[in-house]
Amino acid sequence: MSTQTAEVSRLAILQRSPRQIAWHRLKRNKVSMISAYIAIFFLILAFGAPIFTAIFHVNNTNVYPNALSASGMPIGPWGGVSWKHPFGLEPGVGRDLFGLLVYGSRISFSVAIITSISFVVVGLFLGISAGLIGGVLDNVIGRICDFLLAFPTIFMFVALSVPLTLRVEATGIAHNNGARIVVMVLILVVFSWPGFFRVVRSQVLSIREKEFILAARVAGASNIRIIFKEILPNLWPLAIIYLSISLPGYLAAEAVFSFLGVGVQAPGSTWGLVLNDASNFWQRDPAYLGIPAGMVIIVVLTLNLFGDGLRDALDSKSDR
Amino acid sequence: MVKYLTRRLASAILLLFLLTIVVYLIFGILPVDPARISCGIHCNPIAVAGNRHRLGLDVPLYEQWWRFFVGIFAGRTYGDGAARFTCGAPSLGYSFPNNECVTTAIAHAFPFTLSLAVGAFILWMASGIGLGVIAARYRGSFIDRGVTAFVLVGSSLPVFVVGLLVYILAFFLHAIDPISQGIWVSPLSDPIGFFKNFIFAWIALALSYSAIYTRLTRGNVIETSSEDFIRTARAKGLSERRILFKHNLRTALAPLLTNAGLDFGGLLGGAIITETIFQLPGLGEISLKAVLQDYDLPLIVGTTVVAGAFIIIFNLIVDIGYAYLDPRVRVG
Repeated sequence: MSTQTAEVSRLAILQRSPRQIAWHRLKRNKVSMISAYIAIFFLILAFGAPIFTAIFHVNNTNVYPNALSASGMPIGPWGGVSWKHPFGLEPGVGRDLFGLLVYGSRISFSVAIITSISFVVVGLFLGISAGLIGGVLDNVIGRICDFLLAFPTIFMFVALSVPLTLRVEATGIAHNNGARIVVMVLILVVFSWPGFFRVVRSQVLSIREKEFILAARVAGASNIRIIFKEILPNLWPLAIIYLSISLPGYLAAEAVFSFLGVGVQAPGSTWGLVLNDASNFWQRDPAYLGIPAGMVIIVVLTLNLFGDGLRDALDSKSDR
Repeated sequence: MVKYLTRRLASAILLLFLLTIVVYLIFGILPVDPARISCGIHCNPIAVAGNRHRLGLDVPLYEQWWRFFVGIFAGRTYGDGAARFTCGAPSLGYSFPNNECVTTAIAHAFPFTLSLAVGAFILWMASGIGLGVIAARYRGSFIDRGVTAFVLVGSSLPVFVVGLLVYILAFFLHAIDPISQGIWVSPLSDPIGFFKNFIFAWIALALSYSAIYTRLTRGNVIETSSEDFIRTARAKGLSERRILFKHNLRTALAPLLTNAGLDFGGLLGGAIITETIFQLPGLGEISLKAVLQDYDLPLIVGTTVVAGAFIIIFNLIVDIGYAYLDPRVRVG
């Protein structure tokens, strides 16, 4: 390569925006790109649930008693897997497993996405407030933070879910599983913002002292403008990293709570609920456990791998 | 040092005090009535009122809390006349559906939780540090890649899915007997039975922690190996083994202490998921049962306070340990 073209390509590299650099790095990471495609596939499957289940002429409520034997077990190998029922059937009741899982993943994804976005928004808001205003406010939020971290989250969830659901139902906002989902998101957000808040606050404290903030102040920028135009753009990578890394965690959390029996209840369906039911049948119908377990593992794993890749791409310090 | 310790101790005690208030308030304002729940099927308003009085629920919430708080130190007496009964200090209330003091129920459950937490802790610390050091030592080799793959998969698998799969594996190996699972076997009188009871639960619980600690150890060891004092040690002509164990690991493992203490403290309050899957009647399992079966409020308050207390206490222990290891903390 001649020195001239080397110089040109060097300039081309230099002239890339941070966003382009991050995107380029992400694209180079094959594992996380493949993971992203798989995760997006499941996401589309979840939110297009009525369309995809219609292809197989099934849904999440119809029962197929003819496909079950007299003892309530699905007829045929692999839990009754066939063209009519691609993932087999639920023993006992006889609903289609594909329908249950696809509709169930809609709940799991919704909970995970709403929770992640909410806690990031809460963390950003409180973190910027505490970091910029400081003083008493900073102290108070900091103390609340310490205090929340002393609470055993799963315990609080298990203990509070039932009565809080009653409370939510009493207000009339939502009922049954709707109320349970509202409670789930609420408790998860309340106990998960402190970690993110601390990172945001420390970032804001260091950004606040930078020259470009001083320059903006000298130019007469208002506080609002400084927050939105100067500080927030510097926090986006952090927010995206936390969002993508926490998403699979909340997906699993939803499944865990439903699995333990304190989340969504029958006749609703989520991965956790199906797994809970399957844990009673695994000796007679292992496929009924294996298929949902495999699905949860694949989705959580791919989301995690994608999140890791995204972090490596966005975090300039992690040049590994 | 003394000043730092007093300050930390004072804030921990304040936090514990606040914990009892907040837990009690949260559960107190919830729309559940233990007196009504404990009354059973043949219930009438008089029986409910009687129950309410006996449980001490007929006084304002702040006074209920005060009685609860005093009970922790002085014990508590319920009811009057012939129906009197006492829960000795430290009393955390009285569980009506079980007909026993909450402290007694917790004392029965705690050995399971403690054994589960200690066993899993030993397992994940040994495997995590071991694998992390090996991966860092042979960085870039196929061993390192294998360990990295384990870290990625292990840390992202949901605990309850891993737990279920391990449980099934144990069942196929005929290593688990669901009937004897819930019976306490003392490690002193029957070490093998104890081991058989817990080994698979330990593995299930330790797996994801092990992955996380492997990643931490590997990262810390690699980071420390580029420090000046490692170069100095190498320049002195020390052996690689000596550099790793005497110089590198000392620095690299100190930050792990924080995580280890907090994770262990969190588990002592009860590992709900693992305990439920392996049918071990520890703190997590009894509180889940209390919620699902008859919303046994006193037991739930008791287990939540105990779990929170463990987190606070281990936070304190970690801070003290860190101040001992790192003099900079004491001054700051």
